[in-house]
Amino acid sequence: MRKKTLELSVGLFMLAGFISLAVLALNVSGLNLAQEKGSYTIYASFENIGGLTARSKVTVAGVTIGRVVNISLDKDSFSGIVEMSINKDYNTFTTDTAAAILTAGLLGEKYIGLVSGADEEFLQDGGRIDDTQSALVLEDLIGQFLFNKVNE
Amino acid sequence: MVREFWTAIAVGRAGLGGSGKSMTVEDNNIVTVRGLSFSRGDRVIFDNADFDIPRGKITSIMGPSGTGKTTLLRLITGQIKADKGTILVNGEEISKLNRKDLYRLRRKMGMLFQSGALFTDRTVYENVAFPLREHTDLPESMIRDLVLMKLHAVGLRGARDLMPSELSGGMTRRAALARTIVLDPEMVMYDEPFTGQDPIAMGVLVELIKLLNTALGLTSVVVSHDIHEAASISDKIYLISEGKVMGEGSPAQLREDSSPLVRQFMQGLPDGPVPFHYPAQDYRDDMLGGDA
Amino acid sequence: MIAWIRSLGRSGLGTLQVLGRSGTFVVQSLCGVPKLNKALPLLNQQLYAVGVLSLPIIIVSGLFIGMVLSLQGYTILVDYGSEQAVGQMLALSLVRELGPVVTALLFAGRAGSSLTAEIGLMKATEQITSLEMIGVDPLRYIIAPRLLAGFISLPMLTLIFNVVGIGGGYLVAVDWLGVYDGSFWSNMQNATDFKNDVMNGIIKSIAFAFTVSWIAVFQGYDLVPTSEGIGRATTKTVVYSSLAVLGLDFILTAVMFGDF
Repeated sequence: MRKKTLELSVGLFMLAGFISLAVLALNVSGLNLAQEKGSYTIYASFENIGGLTARSKVTVAGVTIGRVVNISLDKDSFSGIVEMSINKDYNTFTTDTAAAILTAGLLGEKYIGLVSGADEEFLQDGGRIDDTQSALVLEDLIGQFLFNKVNE
Repeated sequence: MVREFWTAIAVGRAGLGGSGKSMTVEDNNIVTVRGLSFSRGDRVIFDNADFDIPRGKITSIMGPSGTGKTTLLRLITGQIKADKGTILVNGEEISKLNRKDLYRLRRKMGMLFQSGALFTDRTVYENVAFPLREHTDLPESMIRDLVLMKLHAVGLRGARDLMPSELSGGMTRRAALARTIVLDPEMVMYDEPFTGQDPIAMGVLVELIKLLNTALGLTSVVVSHDIHEAASISDKIYLISEGKVMGEGSPAQLREDSSPLVRQFMQGLPDGPVPFHYPAQDYRDDMLGGDA
Repeated sequence: MIAWIRSLGRSGLGTLQVLGRSGTFVVQSLCGVPKLNKALPLLNQQLYAVGVLSLPIIIVSGLFIGMVLSLQGYTILVDYGSEQAVGQMLALSLVRELGPVVTALLFAGRAGSSLTAEIGLMKATEQITSLEMIGVDPLRYIIAPRLLAGFISLPMLTLIFNVVGIGGGYLVAVDWLGVYDGSFWSNMQNATDFKNDVMNGIIKSIAFAFTVSWIAVFQGYDLVPTSEGIGRATTKTVVYSSLAVLGLDFILTAVMFGDF
């Protein structure tokens, strides 16, 4: 009898542990098992990535469809190459898709916004976006503003 | 009553073919120790000592406290290793055995610890059943029979469901003795079995050791400094002091021995070769020179 | 001066020796798993003693730590008008840092010390020697189940601690302080990554589990078998485990989350 309750409580303990893991995975980290099943990679080069980091969101019309995997520097053109992993369900981006580095709110995190174009062909795995708009750098903006003021 | 029971067991064992003992004619000693030296730190515990434990007899290892009597048992069972010398148990040199062979050999030896060393989280029954469960695949009904037989032999059949904490000191040792003999060892070592026992418990233990030895054909090694109890059951006594064997022989021989140390020990004199005073500077100088 | 250097060297050698002894001790205990039908009940018993009995303290502490974090976070974040971020702060600090570390510290105090004392008492009452004499290896019979139970229990307890802590934080933030619960969860889910945060937290707690169980069991097995020795070893277990956990936590955090 005593042995039974002991085994039962150990079983419940282990079960509680595994349930906790599931809660942490699904509820806390928002892990979506379906979403992870397939993705493809596209690249975009920016003149200035200004604070974009790996794991930043990639969105279309505000909807998250992927994330930044890696950022590196192209040694020839001195531009930042951003590697993005995009959910396989959204594979109808045209080759003239535009990418911009945007900011959530005034001081919020940086993310990439994509706007699809009108071309006939779609981007394939490993494809490259040419139409890019760099991050807004506050110093440049202020510089521009002052320059305009002086010109007036 | 008890005696009849043991005779029955002895007959049973003979019927089983002596449980596979391998005894040769010339191999009269179950344990042979030659040139044993052992020291702990700077303290020399054994210095070139020899021991022979005859098979089927009761041998007592005696000596003043702190002379390494228990250490000798630990050396024989391979719990610690000697610095020098050889220890043969059943013809096998204990220091050359690997872990597995050592454990195999230890199943033939039983040791009764001073504290009894019952497992505190199990009942008396489970304690005695433990070696059987670990080393055999006997069915539960047979384990029950064997355990109750051994418990009956030490007079604790009715105490089987008690926890070790509920036993008195003497009962603890008897329960531990039942556990020690449950696998039918060839040799049983008793570490200070009489220490701290009331006269009745002591008498019971003396009787049990003697009965076990004759009924089961065991070899017994008793480490003790209770001279009367040990002498009353021993066939052979070793008297050790300061790492050396000071005297050996039957109890009668030792009583006749003329060496001062043997006499001091056998007669229980307060002063002699083993001094009453811990080594100190001269009493007179010490008292007078206190402030200087 | 020379005497000081000499004593330094001696204690260094002594430390190395203890390290070596404890290393071989762990390897010997875990090598050669005994028969499963005999090992499982032993492991079960230890999981109960080490894991289940530690649950109350873990749950209560988790609840209160989550509640306090939530309250503190709210009072700071509300000044910036971003009190929804309390979910994110709560989850990240619990899952990455507080969960593994606090659970390991509590575990060292609750289970580690009792492991040391229990094994020490077995040694003092000659139960361990008597096992050896019966021909049963105490490393496999006494030590291995306790080590394994420690390895398994602590990560489990950490997971439970995290969930209870987030639950407690939710209660304070949403039910009491009135944070909108949709943004509480979505902020949390956006900020927390399964692989980088949750898994790294689990890896930390596995490392802590190994360290604490190892220290506790070794201190018990290696102590001087007197009542004084048991007391000293129990204290040592708690002190060494806590220091090891905190030091290891810094190293692991630097490796996992540091960007260099």
